[in-house]
Parts: sequence; C-alpha cells; structure tokens
Amino acid sequence: MAANRSGTGARAALRRSLHTPIGLSAVIAGLLLAALAVAAPPLFGDRAEAIDTGATNQGVSGAHWLGTDSLGRDIMARVLVASRLTLQLGLTATVIGLAGGLVLGVAPSVLGRRAGRAVTAAVGVLVAFPGLLFVLFLATVFGVGSTGAVLAIGLALIPSLARLIQNLTASIAGSDYVAAARILGVGRFRIVVRHLLPNIVEPVVLFGVQAATGSLIAFAGLSFLGLGVQSPDYDWGRLLNEGLGRVYVNPASALAPGTAVVLAGLVFGLIGEAVAQAGGRRTVTVPTATPTDVPAAAAEQDTDLPPGNANKDPQDRPDVNGDALVQVTDLRVAFPGGRTAVRGVGLTVAAGEAVGLVGESGSGKSLTALALADLVPYPGRTTGTVRFDGADLRSNPRLGTDLALVFQDPMTSLNPALRVGRQLAEVAEVHLGASRGGARARAVARLAAVGIPDAGRRARQRPHEYSGGMRQRAFIGMGLMAEPKLIIADEPTTALDVTVQKQVLDLLGQVRAGTGAALLLISHDLGVVAEVCDRVLVMYAGRIVEELPVRRLADAAHPYTRALVGAIPTMATDPASELATIPGRPPEPGEEFPGCAFAARCASATDRCRAELPVLAAAGGGAGHRVACWHPAEPDAEPEAARAGSEAAA
Amino acid sequence: MAALAAFGEQPSGAGGLRAAARALAGDSWPGFVARRLARLLVSLAVVVTASFAMIHLIPGDPVHAALGPTADPALVAARRHQLGLDRPLPAQYGSFLNNLFHGRLGESIISQTPVSQIVSDRLPATLRLVAPAVVLILLVAVPAGMIAAVLTRDGRRRRGELAFAATTGVLAALPEFLLAVGLIALFAVTWPVFPVAGQSDLSSYVLPVLSLTVVPTASLSRVVRVEALRVLREDYMRTARAKRLPARLVYLRHALPNLLTSSLTIGGMLFTSLLAGTVLVENVFAWPGLGSTIVQAITTKDYPLVQGVVLVYGTFALLITFAVDMAVAAVDPRSTVRGN
Repeated sequence: MAANRSGTGARAALRRSLHTPIGLSAVIAGLLLAALAVAAPPLFGDRAEAIDTGATNQGVSGAHWLGTDSLGRDIMARVLVASRLTLQLGLTATVIGLAGGLVLGVAPSVLGRRAGRAVTAAVGVLVAFPGLLFVLFLATVFGVGSTGAVLAIGLALIPSLARLIQNLTASIAGSDYVAAARILGVGRFRIVVRHLLPNIVEPVVLFGVQAATGSLIAFAGLSFLGLGVQSPDYDWGRLLNEGLGRVYVNPASALAPGTAVVLAGLVFGLIGEAVAQAGGRRTVTVPTATPTDVPAAAAEQDTDLPPGNANKDPQDRPDVNGDALVQVTDLRVAFPGGRTAVRGVGLTVAAGEAVGLVGESGSGKSLTALALADLVPYPGRTTGTVRFDGADLRSNPRLGTDLALVFQDPMTSLNPALRVGRQLAEVAEVHLGASRGGARARAVARLAAVGIPDAGRRARQRPHEYSGGMRQRAFIGMGLMAEPKLIIADEPTTALDVTVQKQVLDLLGQVRAGTGAALLLISHDLGVVAEVCDRVLVMYAGRIVEELPVRRLADAAHPYTRALVGAIPTMATDPASELATIPGRPPEPGEEFPGCAFAARCASATDRCRAELPVLAAAGGGAGHRVACWHPAEPDAEPEAARAGSEAAA
Repeated sequence: MAALAAFGEQPSGAGGLRAAARALAGDSWPGFVARRLARLLVSLAVVVTASFAMIHLIPGDPVHAALGPTADPALVAARRHQLGLDRPLPAQYGSFLNNLFHGRLGESIISQTPVSQIVSDRLPATLRLVAPAVVLILLVAVPAGMIAAVLTRDGRRRRGELAFAATTGVLAALPEFLLAVGLIALFAVTWPVFPVAGQSDLSSYVLPVLSLTVVPTASLSRVVRVEALRVLREDYMRTARAKRLPARLVYLRHALPNLLTSSLTIGGMLFTSLLAGTVLVENVFAWPGLGSTIVQAITTKDYPLVQGVVLVYGTFALLITFAVDMAVAAVDPRSTVRGN
C-alpha cells in the first residue's frame, strides 16, 4: 500500500500486478510467443517448404513429430513458421481497428455537438451487427485473400472499439476538471491531448489486447473458411483448413494449428487479465499475513501491557448488569496484515436505552456496529463475545426480528431492482410467517407509520422514485416490520440534507417511544448524539476512551472528549472566534501504541501516557462515568468551550 | 405505432403529438419503446442500403468476376441487364427496395433459382441450431457465473478464482470451429456416439449445438461473475444480509435482478455473434443452413445470394438486439431512462 502513496500509481500498480500469478504468467507467455514469431521462420523456414514426394500424408513419427501434408512437408515446422504470418496479420488488423476506433471514439469530444451526436449515432447503429457478419460483408467487397481479410477484420473491429472509447471519453469529458479546462478556454484538441488520451490509455490498452484476441480468431476463421490467406502462403487458419481434410488419417494435422490458435488466444487473454489487474479493473489483493496470524498478534499486544495493568483490560470485564439487552466483551475486529480496527471494546446497552457511539472516521465505531450485527465484511475477523437478549449473537435465531439496522446511505442501501413494499414485506414473510397479502398490508402500514404519504401507491414504487429522506424513512420502516428490541443506526443522517436530518432523528425518537426499542446510534457528530441519546461512548483508535451520561458531557474528563465537546458551535459561540480543532491526525488502523493512542495529539500527555495503556476506570463525573486517561481533567477545571458545548447538549 | 408518428414531419399543435413528444423526452415506457423502434428502423435501413451497395462497392465488374474471365461477353451483358446493373443507380435502388418490399431478393447467378427460395429453404435449419443454443447458454452461464462469484467474493478462494478464470478464459478463447473439430474427433470418430455431419435425427443436433454453446457460455459466465461480484459489494446486499434472509432469497431475489440487467446488456452482443458463429459451425458440420450457403456464395462470387443472406442475418441480429433491450427494460425500468 505504501507504493500508492509514493505517487507512481500506474507503474506501481503494474509492478504489483506482475507479482501475481496471472501477471507473471502473462509476461512469460507473451515473451515466448514473441520469440517464436521472430525465430521460427529463419530456423524452420526451409524445413517447412521442403517438398518430399516420398513422404506425403504421413502420420506422427520420429522424423515428423506431427506428420507431413499432401506434399510431404513437415507440419510441425509449418505450424511454427506460420506463427509469424498469423500474428502479423492479426496485429495489423488490430492496429487498423484500434486506430479507427480511437478516431471515431474521440471524435464526439472534439467535433461540435451536432457532428458528435451524428458520429455517436452512426457507431451505435453499426455496433449492433455481429462482427463476423461485418467481416463476411467486407470480405465480399474486398475479395478473397490476405489483404482483403486484414482490411475486413480491421474495419469490422472499429464500431465496437469506437463505442467503448466513446463511453470512456464521455465520462472523462463530463468530469469537473475537463469542465474547468473548458471554462479556462483550453482548446478542444488540447483537451483531448492533455486530458482525454492520458486518462484512457489503460483501458484502451486492455481493449486493444481483447481486440487482438478477437482478430486472431476471426482471421483463423476466415482462413479456415477459405476466404483468408490463400496458398502458397499459410497461417494457422489455412493449415487448419488443409488439415481438416486429413483429420481421419492424421488428427494431429488439424489439431496442431487449432491448438496453436487457442494457445495464442490464451496468451493474449492472460496479457489482458494482467493489464486489467494493473488498471484496477480486477481486485488485486497483495499477499499479506493470513487471518490466522491476527489473534496471536492481538494476544501479544495484550501481554505487552506493562505490569501495572492487570492481564485483562478492565474493558473486558463483563459489567454486572442483569437487564442488559446487549453485552459486549473484549470485542476485536482484525484484518489480515495485522490491521486491527477494534481493539477490545466492552459495552452494554440496557433495554430501551439510547446509547451514542462517537468517534472520528477510522475510530472503529462503524465496525463495532457491524460486529454487533454480525455483518463484519470479509476478510475481517471478529473475536470476543456479543450477547444479545440473553443468547450468543451468532446463534440467536431471532436476530432477523429483534435487531433492526439503519445505514448511512439510503441511496444505496435499498435494492434498486425491487419495489420498496416488497423489500419490507419479505421481512414479515421470512421471519413472521406472514402470507404474501398479509405481509404486503403490513408493509404499507409501516410505510404510513414512518410518514410516507400515499403509502399504498409508494409501496409499489422502486427506490429511485423516492427522495433521500423518504428512503431513509422507508428503511427505518423496514426495521419495524417485526418488533425490534434494538435499533443500530450507523450515521443515519450523514448522507441527508440538514432539514431532513432533523426529521429522521425525530422519527427515530418516535419509533423508540412507540416500540420501547433500545438504540445504538453511531455518529461522528457529538451534537446529534447529545440530542438523541441517554449515554455516550467515545471511541478513539479502536478503543472506548470515555463513557458518560449525555447530560454530564460538560464534565468530560478525557482530553479527546473535551476537545470534541469544544468543537460543537452553538448559538452562543462568538462568530468571530475560530472553532476549536484537534491538532494532528487520528492514527492509522495498523499503527500500534504501547500507551495511549491519543498521546501524540494531547496537550497534557506525559511519558507515562506514551508508555502505558490507560484503562477504563471510574471518573469524577459520578455514576456511569468512566474514562481511560492517566490525567483526566477535573470536573471543575473545564474550559469555556466545553461549557458552551454542554449547554448545547442540555 | 402511434408514438412513431412523432418522428415524422408533423404540423405542430396536435394534442396527441405533444403527448407523444413528452413521452419521447421522458423516461416512460412508450417513449422508450418508440426510441428503440426508431433505432431499429434506422438500422434496418442501413442493412438494406449496405446490402444494396455491396455489389457496387466491389472493384471491377461483379458479373464478369462471377462468370469468370472466359465468359462470353454476350452472356455477361445479358446477366448484367438481368441484374439491372446497366440502369442508373437511383433507379436500381428504387427497384431493389420495391422488390424487397414484395419479398423478392433477386436470383442466384450460379444456380439461377430465386434467392428468397434458397433463404426460406435454408433458414429453418439455422434457427433450429440457434434457438436451443440460446436457451442452453442462459441456463448454464447465469448460475455458473453467480456461483463462482459467491464462492470467490471479497478475495475468497483465490486459487478457485484462478481456476475459474483460466477455465472460462480458455473456453472463451476457443474458436467455435476448432471446438467443433475437436468434438467431432472425440464423439464422432473416437467414440462414434453422434453423427459426424449433416442434419438427421435429434442426435445430429448435439455436436453443432454444443459447438455453438460452449464459447458464449464461458464468456457470459465471466461477465455474470464480474457483475455479480460488483452487485455483492453493494450496500443493498448488506441490507439483505442484515435482514437475515435465507441465502436463496439473498442471491436470487436481491442479487440476480441487479446483475441480470447489466449482464444481459453485455450478453446481447453474444447472441448476435452466436448467429454469426453458425456460419463457421455449419461449415464444419455440413449443416444445410444459411451459414454454409453464404460461404459458398462468397467463394463462387454469387453476389445476389450473398446480398440476400447478409440481409437476413443483419435483420435477425437487429431483432435480437431489440428483444434484449426490451427484456432488460422490463426487468429494470431504470434502463428506460438511460435510453439513447
């Protein structure tokens, strides 16, 4: 990953791709094929042409590994020598196709609006015809033979390549930086040279490789049909044509040139895969430590704790809380390569309680939420125990009914292909055994309950017909199809307009009042949490650093929490004053600290903070206030900004 | 057809016309159908014009080329007159269109039989190969691609991914005709299970249909896998898992429709090229269809026959594309918005 930051993106990607099995095989196979095409004609040319009337139509033998043809010429030599002509013709056709495709593909961006549209429309019409039909048509016009076939195949490649390149350039031509260049008066050709072409090189190379594979096969086909290369010249297709007649005498004479075509096609395909990989069109995972290494690393980290700490982090200790709905102990989420996003989180949520989980992006709060729902994406590994409603989470059969989730982006979280009502109804069908009609009626009722107007009609619509706020409402309604005991809302308002945010928060409040469900609200916005929740958990670098009731936010003891509280502007904040910021940056998920992860950004950090991990312990803010800090602030010594924040929270 | 009227030069002010224009501009179903029909008609016009123009694009005298250098000049002149090649170009185009409208495609130079009769004799045999091939491709490629995607999602089973990519890559790179030769060698010569060539009973269909099916199935399953991987990464799939739906519903109800639209859009090309693939396969199996006809016609320079077969192939390709567009729009109404 370091290569990405070093700024040599494409080259680094290519180098990474070469280290994968596909990339490596592509390079080796490509070199072998090129060497064959260069070396075979001088080496075996004479042998391939040598007519031996005494040894015609022979089968496989020691002297002729693949037998001889009707004039006694060695087939093995002919297949090897034919590689040059075959590749030459195929690549020439590809160059014709690629050149034509580039011209027609870039033309709409260079020409005026009307001419550009005409080109696009013309390509759109031509692209609907199958390539081979095009080839046959052109072969008829150009006449039977090599030249005609090269022209036919090359020209036939143009429409589809032009279409692909048009799509590429259209997306780049519509981008902000090209728009900016246009406004600055940069000429059309300059835009093409400076902005369009450099950005489409990678995919165009990929298309070119694919086109080369196609033209190789098309050429073999044409020659096989007798419309391509004519005697006495020979390419693989021609050899196949000649060999097929003798397939019963000597199968090798037909199979060998055929196999050659397939192998060459495979080499081109491999090169294409490698190019695609380098261009990021395929997921490349750099080989990293196996997931099994992770728990060991995590355990090590535990034992590394200074002797002042108990072997077990106090966060691990299950809270003695009989009516806890959710009880999380020592939750860890680790990824291969030693990146640990959640590092031993313990938390409880009581029935009906609203708990806020606050932190910067990357603090591990969303992964904590996903782990609570058993939805950590692969290859993340979750360890620790999560008890939900008295049973282990993963074996809880009522998860589909008792747990409701609300995600950040309602635009992408609903299935675009299914009607909204259907997406709600299936919950009742699957988990409550409702009939189709009953589930549908329930879905309409829930949509109405979350404030979707004309719910009966809206239920039959698909998500793209909804506004953002309505989708989030519908999503919340989906969670209410059963009777949830816990709603986990992960940044439920972040993707919404400010005016809609308030409505969605109010809706969550109404839902809680109506169902008595507990709420775990994940947010980066302490203000939102302060408005909705009873209790706040503050996360930093994968750990909970402070836990306190919302109304005591002003008494926050951890410097990080205090800084967050200070960062909330209120009506009382002097507009002329600068908003409080936290210096430095949050740590990367992979970074390890022997001590407090916040020490580097903390004004009151000491050597102890940097060396020893602070544990979550009771703090001065009264019951339910715990903090993981060696130098917690005294409740009285709060800065003015924190005071203002607490007023906002109240 | 009412919506189509909007394409003609119409006096302004007609109420129904304004509605049609609104439909065309918007994302409604009739507007979408109208736009696609218009494109179909334009494309058909291109096919017709191209097949007419073909005989005039050939360098030299096509009749002379067809009848050979030693042909009697009087015969050449007579045949030129018969084909109408001695008349001015617009007049030729007019009578070509007129004949086409009445189902007349001219007469073969070589066999002197009407092209339309040759086409109607040969076309059914080709369609009897294409139809089962299309069904087979869809039935195999979509489940295979989906299963591969589910098993290899998020970088799981990297060796399995490589195996799938390699297998389908090899199969997709196989030329149909070579596959056909291999199948003949295996199942008609080594183990004579199926007939070598020709059209007879049901068993004679197995090898040709298989030759047509394997390559597109491999390509389509690759496309389906990539599309499925994309869909599986979408937020709505996490939603489906969050709802604790059974795997069957997660994949069939939530993933399948989303990957079908994009896969079919790409796969539409496969079906049209399948039509062309029949040309090669029919030649290997000596199948009495249009494909073997057109190759013979090209080699013997029987241009009216080539013209007719190109026309038929082109029309079928356009109809397939149109049908796929309609099917995609029916599955995913959002695609009607994308339109042109």
